[in-house]
Amino acid sequence: MNHDKLMIGGHEFHSRFILGSGKYSLKLIEAAVKDAGAEMITLAVRRANTKEQENILDFIPKGVTLLPNTSGARTAEEAVRIARLARELGCGNFVKIEIMRDSKYLLPDNQETIKATEILAKEGFVVMPYMYPDLNIARDLVNAGAAAIMPLASPIGSNKGLATRDFIQILIDEINLPIIVDAGIGRPSQACEAMEMGAAAIMANTALATAGNLPVMASAFRQAIEAGRKAYLAGLGRVLTRGASASDPLTGFLRD
Amino acid sequence: MVKINGKELDITGKTLADYLAATDYDPKRIAVERNGEIVPRNQYSKTVLADGDRIEIVSFVGGG
Repeated sequence: MNHDKLMIGGHEFHSRFILGSGKYSLKLIEAAVKDAGAEMITLAVRRANTKEQENILDFIPKGVTLLPNTSGARTAEEAVRIARLARELGCGNFVKIEIMRDSKYLLPDNQETIKATEILAKEGFVVMPYMYPDLNIARDLVNAGAAAIMPLASPIGSNKGLATRDFIQILIDEINLPIIVDAGIGRPSQACEAMEMGAAAIMANTALATAGNLPVMASAFRQAIEAGRKAYLAGLGRVLTRGASASDPLTGFLRD
Repeated sequence: MVKINGKELDITGKTLADYLAATDYDPKRIAVERNGEIVPRNQYSKTVLADGDRIEIVSFVGGG
């Protein structure tokens, strides 16, 4: 297991849990990162506030890779602007593309996401596009230079789990890039299931932010993700379509 | 007038560095865009704000 690395854009990770940093206290970030065992954390870019004395960067432990998102972007052009601003903030060249035209369901605009991926990959970004799981779009994202693909499990913030399970499985089976399940994962068991399916990593935010005890939930997710990964690497046992198969010897019964 | 983060300000002719010095932004934690283009940090003192400029000053916040 120690040799089990996750490679994204030439960078090596040992954790397969990408942590969100939204909707909870900055003071909890350090504990969340530690208990999640996370090596990557997402951030958003917003208009700066002069009265804001505390900056999130001061709360993130050293050595954690920052993954700025382009939330708020409605078009590829806006996403590109936000990505460039994020890079100018001086914290690396990773970007999670997130483009939404729809504010009710917060579903990603796959077509605009392809355009932004192509532009930003050419500019040297490590591009991780958030997308609605569709095989053709995923192939286009690969060709556009994506470093990983981030399909949604269910609508952002819903905690509803793997609503798109079968379509994520198709991406895992057909796309030769890390498939990182993002959005909608609400429970450790759902994260574990996605990892058993062969997902490369899990991104979660709301599941932790709305949990009763955030650091404990971060730890529960970590264990579930590690368990699911181990199960995937081990190879799951087969499922019978009908009937049963005894686990005990079928000889030496105490009769006759 | 110069529009900074959506607010019209009467600072035409000042440099970006002058404007930032007069405010409470943490210069290490911001990035600046002028009319859709990044202004590199080392250009703040050479960037003279013109009438009609649209400036965005951003920083990182929590997000998913």
